[in-house]
Amino acid sequence: MRTGYRPRTLVLELVMIAAAVAFLFPVYALVTLAFKDPGQIANRPLSLPDPPSTESFGSAWQSASLGSALLNSTLITVTSVIVLIVLGSLAAYFLARQAGRLSYSLYILFLVGIILPFQLGMIPLYQLVNDLGLLGTYQGMILFYTGIQLPFTVFLYTGFIRSLPADYTNAALIDGASHLQAFVHVIFPLLRPITGTVLILNAVHIWNDFFTPLLYLGGSGRETVPVRVFAFVNEYTSDYGLVAAGLVLAALPILLVFLVLQRYVIRGFSSGLKG
Amino acid sequence: MTAVITPPAANPRTPVKRAGRRGGIAPPWLFAAPALVVYALVMLYPSIVGAGSAFTDWSGVGEQRSFVGLDNFQQLVKDDQALGALRNTLLLTLAIVVVQNGLGLLLALGVHTTIKSRMVLRVIFFAPVVVSPVMVSFLWKYVYNPAPDAGLNAVLNAVGLGSLRQDWLGNPSLAIWSVAFTVIWQCAGYSMVIFLAGLEGVPKELHESAMVDGAGTVARFRHITWPLLAPAVTINVMLSTVGGLTLFTQIIAMTNGGPGYATDTLSTVLYKQAFVYGKFGYSTAVALVLAIFVAAVSFIQIAYLRARETSA
Repeated sequence: MRTGYRPRTLVLELVMIAAAVAFLFPVYALVTLAFKDPGQIANRPLSLPDPPSTESFGSAWQSASLGSALLNSTLITVTSVIVLIVLGSLAAYFLARQAGRLSYSLYILFLVGIILPFQLGMIPLYQLVNDLGLLGTYQGMILFYTGIQLPFTVFLYTGFIRSLPADYTNAALIDGASHLQAFVHVIFPLLRPITGTVLILNAVHIWNDFFTPLLYLGGSGRETVPVRVFAFVNEYTSDYGLVAAGLVLAALPILLVFLVLQRYVIRGFSSGLKG
Repeated sequence: MTAVITPPAANPRTPVKRAGRRGGIAPPWLFAAPALVVYALVMLYPSIVGAGSAFTDWSGVGEQRSFVGLDNFQQLVKDDQALGALRNTLLLTLAIVVVQNGLGLLLALGVHTTIKSRMVLRVIFFAPVVVSPVMVSFLWKYVYNPAPDAGLNAVLNAVGLGSLRQDWLGNPSLAIWSVAFTVIWQCAGYSMVIFLAGLEGVPKELHESAMVDGAGTVARFRHITWPLLAPAVTINVMLSTVGGLTLFTQIIAMTNGGPGYATDTLSTVLYKQAFVYGKFGYSTAVALVLAIFVAAVSFIQIAYLRARETSA
């Protein structure tokens, strides 16, 4: 289909660029808003900020306590993803390499978790986390994300391991390595492509999640970025410049990571298809 | 953003081995034990308790609860807020599935060409996918500002369409579509990259030989591209359906279910019933209805779309 650059291609190019400009309008509105003082917001809602004012950013960073929110989010996301990768790949190694009815039933049991909406268990789980004394703690959130994201993680890893030849591990085992050694030194390094996908999909989901951190962390001082932003926007709702600056700052970290790693992120999100 | 996706193969050239291993070589079940314990604790056990609580009058305080049979469900079919939420959920899901995937497909076809900006455009259209729905919702809440000289209304005014200015989120019959459009804006890029992966799997030779035979762009799309996109359609429709049925964050951030109950969904109703009104038993009944919908839709779609894939 890629056959040179013709006049038709130029027309398409212009149409697509126009679509992107329209698509980006809300972002333009938000970013310019963040750089305007109240007078400019009232009188010239669509123009570029002139002169640009960066005052709102400092006060938004403070009012929304974004610094500590970023730390909380980072801690919860990184730890959850590591635990998910370890538990998920180990379980998948068993499920993919063990024949028999038991391991197949177990695999199906994990798959059920993919279509089970978490709302069904939401309230009993809230009670359980409360009874365990984990409400308002990092551990509670990490436990939650590990459990909720395991089915999908196990599913991705199992499919991948099944497509790997068993010969490497068998050779290592025959040479006297334990199963764990064979897994750590032979299997896990081979899983790098799928580990990348697992990492990206889980990290983006956990970083952005809102419902559960709102329930578990609200008022604890350990709120993640989306929960802080929610409280912040609702408190300063009519101070448009401040709210806009807070939103820009809160969205920036993940957007920067995305821009640096865009190839891997887009591949991670779409990789499911190439199976 | 839990996704139902076919796991990619490590290397298409290596022959897929049977799962069966000779004795002694398969890893011990202990490998799966930690994952199973966490999964059972966080998902299986609460879901079973949740499904059971749907038939009780549990208030959420303490353990006290008594079996009330189908009372919660009888209450549900008479509850205007819950029925409205069910209707809203289905309407939102339908709009999101159709428009998000339609737009996603158009964007994918547009950037799967020789245009020079194709890589930049992919990044632009995909970027909102990685941002928290809370922030995207607040961004659009500003765009939908009811003031005549802000956001979308200011744009309409500037281009001479001032008569179309609306109270986008305050008008009960319009609010639900405004919310749907926010979700579509955020997720169209996700559909796009899945369609793109599908388009990349369409052999060039098929298009070339069809062109030699004189087939036009539309004919080639209908008879070559579209049938080969079936797996991408399956994944996209499933992802957006489940996403639509469980929609929560965007509603809470933009309208909190209002005006009135005009934008309540099953997820917001079950949240409010539990944590605002303390009716945990009733809330889990709503959750059970939602779970049945999600499971049923998943099964129907898998069956239907698999059949389509094999016949295409």
